[in-house]
Parts: sequence; structure tokens; C-alpha cells
Amino acid sequence: MFVINCPYCGERDQQEFKAGGEAHIERPKQPTELSDDEWAEYLFMRKNIKGVQFERWNHAHGCRKWFNMVRDTSNDEIKLIYKMGERPPSE
Amino acid sequence: MPANLRVQSSEFIDETVRISFKFNGKTYHGFKGDTLASALLANDVHLVGRSFKYHRPRGIMTAGSEEPNAIVQVNDKTNRTEPNVRATEVEIYEGLEASSQNCWPSVNFDIGGINNAISPFLPAGFYYKTFMWPASFWEKYEYFIRHSAGLGKSPTEKDPDIYDHRNIHCDVLVVGAGISGILAAKNAAKNNLKTLLVDEKNELGGATIYQNREFNKIDNQSSSDWIKKEIQELRNIKNLEIKTRTSVAAYHGYNYLLARENLTDHLEKKDKQDKIRQRLLKIRAKKVILATGALERPLIFNNNDRPGIMLSSAVKKYADFYGVVSGKKNVFFTNNDSAYESALCLHNKGIKVEAVIDIREKSNSNIVKAVESAGIRIHWSHTIVDTKGYKRLNSISTMKLSNDGLSVTGNKTDISCDCLGIAGGWTPAVHLFTQSGGKLTFDENNKVFLPNKYPSDQLSVGSCNGDFKIKEIISNLSNNLKQFLKIEKTDFDNLSVESEVENSKRNIWLLPSDRAIGKTKPFVDYQNDATAKDIKLALREGFRSIEHVKRYTTTGMGTDQGKLGNMHALGIIADTAGVKMGELGTTTFRPPYTPLTFGTIVGRNVGEYFDTFRRTPMNDWQIKNKAEFENVGQWKRAWYYPINGESIHEAVQRESMAARESAGILDASTLGKIDIQGSDASEFLNRVYTNAWSKLGIGKCRYGLMLNEDGMVFDDGVTTRLSENHYLMTTTTGGAANVLGKLEDYLQTEWPELDVYLTSVTDHYATASICGPNSKKILNKIIPDLDLSEESFPHMSFKNAQIGKIKCRIMRISFTGEHSYEINVQANYGLDIWEKCMEAGKEFNITPYGTETMHLLRAEKGFIIVGQDTDGTMTPIDLQMDWIVSKKKYDFIGKRSLYRSDTMKEDRKQLVGLLTDDPSIVLEEGAQIVSELNQSPVNMLGHVTSSYYSPNLKKSIALAVVRSGKKMMGKKLFIPMEDKTINVTVVNPVFFDSENKRLNA
Ligand SMILES: [Zn+2]
Repeated sequence: MFVINCPYCGERDQQEFKAGGEAHIERPKQPTELSDDEWAEYLFMRKNIKGVQFERWNHAHGCRKWFNMVRDTSNDEIKLIYKMGERPPSE
Repeated sequence: MPANLRVQSSEFIDETVRISFKFNGKTYHGFKGDTLASALLANDVHLVGRSFKYHRPRGIMTAGSEEPNAIVQVNDKTNRTEPNVRATEVEIYEGLEASSQNCWPSVNFDIGGINNAISPFLPAGFYYKTFMWPASFWEKYEYFIRHSAGLGKSPTEKDPDIYDHRNIHCDVLVVGAGISGILAAKNAAKNNLKTLLVDEKNELGGATIYQNREFNKIDNQSSSDWIKKEIQELRNIKNLEIKTRTSVAAYHGYNYLLARENLTDHLEKKDKQDKIRQRLLKIRAKKVILATGALERPLIFNNNDRPGIMLSSAVKKYADFYGVVSGKKNVFFTNNDSAYESALCLHNKGIKVEAVIDIREKSNSNIVKAVESAGIRIHWSHTIVDTKGYKRLNSISTMKLSNDGLSVTGNKTDISCDCLGIAGGWTPAVHLFTQSGGKLTFDENNKVFLPNKYPSDQLSVGSCNGDFKIKEIISNLSNNLKQFLKIEKTDFDNLSVESEVENSKRNIWLLPSDRAIGKTKPFVDYQNDATAKDIKLALREGFRSIEHVKRYTTTGMGTDQGKLGNMHALGIIADTAGVKMGELGTTTFRPPYTPLTFGTIVGRNVGEYFDTFRRTPMNDWQIKNKAEFENVGQWKRAWYYPINGESIHEAVQRESMAARESAGILDASTLGKIDIQGSDASEFLNRVYTNAWSKLGIGKCRYGLMLNEDGMVFDDGVTTRLSENHYLMTTTTGGAANVLGKLEDYLQTEWPELDVYLTSVTDHYATASICGPNSKKILNKIIPDLDLSEESFPHMSFKNAQIGKIKCRIMRISFTGEHSYEINVQANYGLDIWEKCMEAGKEFNITPYGTETMHLLRAEKGFIIVGQDTDGTMTPIDLQMDWIVSKKKYDFIGKRSLYRSDTMKEDRKQLVGLLTDDPSIVLEEGAQIVSELNQSPVNMLGHVTSSYYSPNLKKSIALAVVRSGKKMMGKKLFIPMEDKTINVTVVNPVFFDSENKRLNA
């Protein structure tokens, strides 16, 4: 059970949060221009890394804000938390 | 005269308080401070249960929570009964009743004992191999297996006790109050850290407090006297909370631990009443210090499981702590020095020790010399090859061990004895450490797994960290604690400590016998009856992974999780497969460390508090008017309103007709409501719904369908434009929270540039929906000055109105196909408006109807219910709702997916109507649909999603999803049921008033 440092509220228990899958998968601006394969890439393909992964989290039972998290899925270590819209750190 | 093996009074036992209890129906006596195990041993009772598979007689093996054998049912046939309780942990109280498990009809005569006789035919995997074939025989086998082997009986009555949860935040949590835990907690608290010290026992001090070890001195006192003084001091330290009878069950990531605090289990029945029995502590600690100690290992040899065979340390604890000896003629069997402590302890109490069998060639430590000079015979380089005595050990056979330890030589010597203390060395209790994600390293010298990589801010100290001698415990603790707590000094930096240094040990995981291994029973897992032979068989059959061997042989899968024998299992696998133990790894230790009751887990969340439920403002009225309710999400929704003992069918038929013939009223308050404001609100709706929204006039309502990005229908509802930049969206009752979450997600992450604000207002408004040909007249009676003409207030429009002082929003929308109005008011006026509608509708026989009638009425119209007629695999096209998908809009959520090759396939399942050839037969929802009856395997085309008898059409109607259904209009299909086949015809899903004339009637 993690302690998550919400960028808006501070440290809270994991049970206040909802995980939202892989981060930085931007919705295509012009979906109709995409081939089936390209759209499927956006829609279905996720990395599901064992190791350092960029994720989206939502403070669902709190401020309801979405934010990004860098987490090592092999040991659940949270390496970094940053707001939506901010660029991911380069490793 | 009952046997009395209490040989010495003990400071931990209050002999002035005599306690009577029953075991297997017989009354015994013990004293305050006794466990069930110590009290039984004092009465010379060793046989306490039967093993799981072979039903072999088993006795008390340990003195702690690692006990594999002495598993009892407490207070059977009462509402407080509990199975799988370790007799070594039960503190006795007046009136306690306990009984053996796993035996039928009794522990002395057990029918399953026949399994022991046929055990050559019950090897590892026997159940998997035999009872699975032929599959049809399983039911017969199952009866036999379930009846003769069960792990206790679950209670059949409601649990009378109260359970509780508590959250604790602390700076330092110390688990285990032995010498290391006490010193760690004391120094943490003294350095201004808020500290919590927990121990599963009722006394602090661990083993140090009762072990008067000959050669252990601290500060020139015996270690037990010294620790007592330390414990006294603990009581006066601020910042320190101490909890005994508290067992840590789970150690999760981020130093989140769950512990069970036992509050009343040791009390008499009358003192238990109205008190909290157990409390689950949810502990979030900044730092955790594990001082969980070590568990003594057994030795694995032929017939090592008879009642009377115990861990050597347990023999010592029963003698030192409880003043009870476990036998009159004792033998010890060891591979290290610690059995000599036990032997000497008994000898000093005047109890006969026949011999010590030691597999080592020699040991020169002081303790061994002391035993020798006490005149106790030591058999060096010997092992035990067999034991005798069915319900109680009566003799052992020993032989000389070969140099390589793989075989035995020479003559067999029998030694008669009634108690055998076995000592196989010590296993650090690293269970919690590994639960937390910690990685172990294997210490080849001492044959132990030790904490290596810490996953969180934690420290293992004392014997759970591999320090077994008091001297090294204290010096390592002092150094590690200073670093860990970032403190300059501890109280015990300069303590003088003397302890035995000798640490020689000879490790043989499986001891040889003069008989072939196939003819022996060397038990590795006592509780699950797994022997070394089974492990070797599993390896021969090709199992390599330790996790597979565990499951195949069931080693370590009992309620004790194999705390005693896991290391031997690993050792035997490593030896047999020729790999190193360090490379083999361990099986995973999973929470809970010791079993938890369901009561502790659920705490106060029982009965009506099990889950929260939501009630509408009209709920009291509905209860008063005898409504039946159904759960929709967390809501209690009126389902139907039976009158005069009507069945659900009769009530729904009456309600449905009334709604179409005159007037009906529905509580629609549970529908999700989201208030949407902002200058980009229209654009936002354009993007989230499939249809166009920019041109919706102010004061107009529109039905919308929302998709997931994969093109599948997600939710639906009517949204009203209240003003230029202000909309009120409704969602399905069950989907409200998910819809809000999804909309917020898109707003925050994909379209942050949009000026849109969302507020959930589901609970803020109550909604009464009146429908039917007379609904207009009723509304007119309530609000006479409101213009209800078609020109002023047409279908799909909205008006603000006022009923007395109550402001309301009235939407003219319909889910039934009838002329209808939804009146929305501030929630606390909900009941008032409802009653006004009932009053005004009296002359029109206004009929309250519930969700069942609502479902029937909409099915007559072919309106879908998301979640009933859809299941996350239906596109709007599949639902024949092409009309609601805008072709003009460039984009909306899910649009691109509607043009994927897969979603465009014509043979997808599509929504259709079904009519039964016999109009009186109502189909079952979920029934499968086929076109051929004599096919094998049969081609399943789809299933029925909604089905009713329509009183308005006087026939049965159904909605269904059918493969290529759109092309099947008029086609005959079949619905095979258990007892008959129903013939149906595919039709258009709109059954009633397809021209929508009634909306404006
Ligand atoms: Zn927050």
C-alpha cells in the first residue's frame, strides 16, 4: 500500500487514488487520418514494463486531479511525481 | 489420580488460580498463565490430533505460533466456535472447551487412520493423479475425502463478538519483544521517536526471560534477570506504546503493516461480553525494526512425527516457563549445541535424561561438558533410524552415521523413552521481511537465509538477522541501531556480555535410515503429511521449480505455511537435484503470518454497515407503501409496489397497464446528474457524445450516446441545455461515477484548453417522473399557470417552474414512449413533490411503478438499457442506432473505432427483437439462441438480453443480440432450454407505437 505524494494535496494513502495506466500516450489529434494499425497502436498497445514505468494516477477520493508518476513496477518504488502537461524527465 | 507433570512452580504461572477446561469432552485442570498445550502436557496428554492425509496420531510439537500439529477446534457447537486454532497459543480460561480436528469419529479411533496403512499408495500428487479420473467419479471421491479429512468446522451461527479496526501512525514500529526488540524499542523511544512495540505473546521478553542459560551473563547478572529489569524500565518511557497478544499478519510495501490485537480470547465467557474481541491495527510506520526471532528446526528422520517428539526448545520452554515436563524419560537428538541447554535444564530439575544423540563427531563447548559431567550419555556420530509407539512415543532406534552422513552402519540400539527433543538448528524468522519485498541471501556456513536487500526503511535485528548468541546480538544491535535511527549512542554500547561461543553444527537435511527411503516416513511438513520421499518423487517426475514442488507435494501449504520444514524441503531438493540452495531460492511467504479471523478482517463493516447504500428522498414513502426494492449500484430503488399480496408479475402487469392507460409515476432520482458549465460546454458535449450538440437550442433536451474510445457503448442519457453555457447531463444510475471520472479525465489530460466545469449533482436533486395520457392534466393541476401547450412546451424541451415556493426544472422527456414529464426539485423537497403528484393524480388512478415496470415499458419501445442489452462489446451500429451517430462531426470519443475493420464486420452480434411463436411463453434472459438444432458443436448465435410479458401487447416480447441479426428479420430461430425448445421469430426491436404517436397524445 503506497504512500503517494499528490502534487496538490501532499502525502496520502494509496486507497485514495486510482491508477490510470501508462502515461504520455497522447490521443491522436486527427484520428480519421490514421490507418487501422496506427489507431490500434494508440488504442490497445501498452508497454507493461517490469521496471521503471511512466504512469497516470488520479486522486479520485481527494482533489480528483490527474498527475504522472514514475514507478518501478518491480519493487513499487515511486521515483517521481509530476503534474499533467509537464514533460517526462529523460530517464 | 490424573498424571501431574508439573514439576516446579514458575513465576509465569499463577498456581493460586486453578482453571478447569475440557479437551475432547474430558475435564482437566491447569493454572492461570497456561496455554492449552502446556496444561495438556501437565496432564500428560500428548495425543491432540490427527494428520491431514494419513491421519497419523500427532502431538504437541512446539510452544509457539509455528505449531503444525496441535490444531484444535475451540468451543465447538457454540456461536464462538473457531477452527484451526493452535493449542500452543490458546491461553486457558475457565470453561474453555477444545477438541481435536481431523479425526472421525474420535482422536483415539480414527477411521481415516486406514490411510496410514495404505500410505504406500498415497504418494505425492495422489489426489491429482487418481481422483481426477475418470472425471465423472469425482463426486463420489469427494464425499469420502471431505468427510474423512477436513480442517475443522466453520461456525454456523452469527459471530456474537465485536471487532474493530484502528489506524496507527508511528515513527518506529518494533515487531517482537525479545531481547533485541526490547532494546531497540527502548532506545528509539528515548530518542524522541514515537514508538510502538508489539509481540504475539502475552509476556514481553521472548526466550531470554525464562532461559536461565548457564553461560549467558549480561552486566554480571543472568540474562533473564537482566531482561526483567529492562522490561520494568520500559513501562516508564514516554513515546512508547506496548501491545502484547498482537501478531503482525502482513507487511506490505511502504511500511504498511497489519496486526491483529487479541483482546478477549483469554478471558472467561462472562468477561468477553460486549467487549471488542480482536482489533486489526493498520500501522503506517516511518521505520520498522523486525525482531521476530528464530524458529527451531526439526530433524528429518524416519517416523519423526509421533506424539512425544517435540522441538528441543519447546521441551525447555515448557519446563522453564510453565514448570511442566513433557516426559519422564527424555532423549534429545541434535546437530548442534542447543539441545544440551534443554538436557541440562531437565537434569537440573531432577528429570531423567536418558541420552543425547548427536550427529556430530564431537563438540567441546562448555555446555556439552556440563552435560557430560552430569552423567548423561552422549551418542556421537549417531542418528535415529526409527521410532516406535503409535499414540505415544515409547522407544527410538539409533545407529552410527557414516562419515559422509548418507548411510548408517553397525548395530541398532533401542532406547526406551516417552519424550524426544529434537534440535536441528535455527531458522531466522524472515517471513515478514520477505513479505515486505525484501530479498534474502543464503549463508552457506550456517545454512540459513538472511535479510539482504531492504525494500523500505527497515532493519532486521537479533536472531531473525542471523545473530544467535547474546554477545553478537547486542553488539550488532548497538551498531546497526545507531546507523538506522541516526543516533549517537545507545544504552548498551558498553554492556558487559558473556555468552557461549561454540557454534559447531553438522547439517544433514535428510537423515538416513537402515531401511530404504521408500519404506520410511521422514516427515518434512507435518501438517500436510509431506515426506522427504514425496519431494524426491516430485523431482523424479520432472518438477524443478520450488514453487511447483511445493504445490505438487503440498509441502508448506498448511495453515502453518510450513514454518518448521520449509528449509528441509529446500535442502532435500538442492541435494537431490545437485544445485546450491542459494540458487534455488525460497517459496514465497504470503500474509497472514498466522491465520486471521474473518471478524478481524471485516471489523465493524458487518450487517447494514457491510456496504454503504443510498436512498432517495422518496424512500420512506416507498417503504410505507410496501415497495419491494432492488439494489442498483449502491442505490435502493423501488422495484415494484405489490398490492394485496400480488406477485412481482401481477404487480408489474398492473403497473404497466396503468402507465399506458392513464398515469404512472416513477422515482427517477437515482439517475446520475452532472452540471456542466463553461464557454466550451457545447464543444465538449460534441466531443463526448456521438451526435451533434452545437445546434441544440436553449431550453431543449437531447438524448445522447457515449462511447468508449474503442467504439463500444459506455453510457447514455438525456442532456438539457439550461442556458447558453450551462447544461445538465443525466447518466445511467450505475454509470454516474464512471461517466464523471471519464469526462474529468479527458478535460484534464486531453483537452485542458476547454473552458468547462463539471459538478456531480446527483444527490442535489430529486426527480419524480409522471407518464401516461393523463400526465399533462396532473401537471396542470399542480402548476395551473404553466403553459403546457405543444407550442410552448413540446416533447424534448424544458421549463423552469415554481410549485408554491419550490423551484423546479421540468423536462418533457420520455423513457416509456408515453407523454411524460420529469419534475426535478432540490432533493429535500423530493418527498413533498412526490406527494403532490400522488394527490393530484388520485382522480386519474396515478400508479407508482418501480424499475421492473420501467424496464418493461421501455422494452416495448425497444429502448436499450446500457449494461443489460449492452455488455461493452456493442457499438451503436450493432444496436441499430445508426441514427444517433453523426456523420458530419470530425471527431468524438470512439468515432475512429467505428471504422475499424473489426467493428465494421457484418456478422457481429446485433440487437434485434424476438417474438415467441407461442405468445404466452416468456423467454429467459440469458438464454442461448441457435439456428440449427442438430449441430455438433452447436453454433451459438447470441442470447436474450431483455424479456417480458407485455400486458399492453398481450404477448411475450424480448430483445436479444444475435450474430448478423439485422439481416435475419423474419427468420425463425430456436432457443433450446433444459426441457423444451422454444421457437422464435426475429423482428424489429420496436414493438409498440413505432410511429411515436403517444408521445404527443
Ligand atoms: Zn490531491
